[in-house]
Amino acid sequence: MDILLEMLEKDARLTPEQIAIMTKKDKGDIKAAIDAYEKDGIILGYKALVNWDKTEREYISAVIELKVTPQKERGFEKIAEKIYNYPEVRDLYLMSGAYDFQVIIEGRTLREVASFVADRLATIDGVISTATHFVLKKYKNNGCIFKTPEKDERVNTI
Amino acid sequence: MIDYDKHLSKTVQNISPSGIRKFFDILDVMENVTSLTVGQPDFATPWHIREAAIDSLSAGKTYYTSNAGLAALREEIAKYQKRRFSLDYNGASEIISTVGGSEAIDLAMRALIDPGDEVIVPVPSFVCYGPIASLAGGVPVYVELEEKDNFTLTPEKLERAITPKTKLLVLPFPNNPTGSIMGRDELEKIAEVLRGRDIFVLSDEIYAELTYKDRHVSIASLEGMRERTVIASGFSKAYAMTGWRLGYTLAPKEITKQMLKIHQYAIMCSPTTSQYAGIEALKFGDEDIEYMKDEYDRRRLYIVNRLKNAGFECYEPLGAFYVFPNIGKFGLTSEEFCTRLLYEDRLAIVPGTAFGKCGEGYARISYAYSVKHIGEAIDKLAEFAQKLIREGRAK
Repeated sequence: MDILLEMLEKDARLTPEQIAIMTKKDKGDIKAAIDAYEKDGIILGYKALVNWDKTEREYISAVIELKVTPQKERGFEKIAEKIYNYPEVRDLYLMSGAYDFQVIIEGRTLREVASFVADRLATIDGVISTATHFVLKKYKNNGCIFKTPEKDERVNTI
Repeated sequence: MIDYDKHLSKTVQNISPSGIRKFFDILDVMENVTSLTVGQPDFATPWHIREAAIDSLSAGKTYYTSNAGLAALREEIAKYQKRRFSLDYNGASEIISTVGGSEAIDLAMRALIDPGDEVIVPVPSFVCYGPIASLAGGVPVYVELEEKDNFTLTPEKLERAITPKTKLLVLPFPNNPTGSIMGRDELEKIAEVLRGRDIFVLSDEIYAELTYKDRHVSIASLEGMRERTVIASGFSKAYAMTGWRLGYTLAPKEITKQMLKIHQYAIMCSPTTSQYAGIEALKFGDEDIEYMKDEYDRRRLYIVNRLKNAGFECYEPLGAFYVFPNIGKFGLTSEEFCTRLLYEDRLAIVPGTAFGKCGEGYARISYAYSVKHIGEAIDKLAEFAQKLIREGRAK
């Protein structure tokens, strides 16, 4: 059922009924497959991609590089857990290369993000250093280009 | 005051403008219309192809190319046709890069037709064949295809249309507007009628990549047919490149030589920038084709299902990106049906009669739109059908 995942990844608003028609499968089977994917944590959620820049709301995001000392036995896991449980953390990756964790933070203001890094992240046991990069402009996120959809300019041809 | 009617070419004046011009005149000025009328892909040309064109411009490749087109492009067309449709054409002597598939059709007609020659044109089909045949001095002979034959050309119908004056048969498959295709067995029966007769074939294969059951088969691949066939094809539908105006002809070198003279004097060469984009498309675009085809296929299944559930009889289209539902049961002409739908529910679909008189009782619906758009449009169409039923119209 890879095709089901691909279709939902592209458009999570497709209904089981629509997917069933488009894949020539039974609606009940599609529903069951989606339920199973949700249960197994293969499908983790369905969200709208919002371009906050076009709203009144203040919004800032930052990419933070963390260097850490892995802990005995649990390696990076314990530190990762401490980080990802903060709701401010949108993404967390363990990286190869010059640093260990990449944390993507979202907040309302620069001060909010700065204090989160200073008060929360930097103080976690095992964190050696942080480097914070603020995002100046978002061009593309999750495969979506951040621009206003263009009008359908196709002319009526036959 | 000049009497234009007296002086302008009689041939041109006698070409009738589209029979449903009135409908399009209304459509063109109406606002807030949901449309399912467009006959071109809703995808933008894949970025790597656009970028190849930009690179060619940056590099100053802004000159004419040779008349037949860049050698590299024709070489890639030959490889592509071999790879995807098992056709063998020599890039150097049997391929001309044209200004869209339309020019390819024009070249074939003009190279083959002498005044008075008859050209068999199956309808419903794209509107250009008859007029272009007339401009070349030919006489279009329309053969009406029927839903009961899955809108394919039968050998019996072909036999009946052939006269001693028949020069050319147009094969417009996969078909706009019906979405019908002709498979190997059906084409073999047509080939059987043509073998041993001096009749040529113009096979318009612009939708060849968009078939949803079996791969497209060209009549040129059947025994004895290559020597009498001109294939018109292009990039518009396969790679979503309508605005680039890039197509080509595939034909035996004797025909190609004559077509090249027309192309040379009338056109010079197809747009250079588009030709560079075309090379990129052919070399690295196979995946783009598959991606778009899969998308169309899902929309096709969706729209046919929705139409059937809304009470429309609908032949299952197997090619292109159109459905051609039967609207005869509502007791309105196609144009009345579509005009009322447009005025009352602001939904635009094309009356079947736009594609020939025999399109009466049908409408063409394009599914080159997002699933969301299609869904909302069919909701409107379903409501309209209910309204007609309440009026006591549906039989």
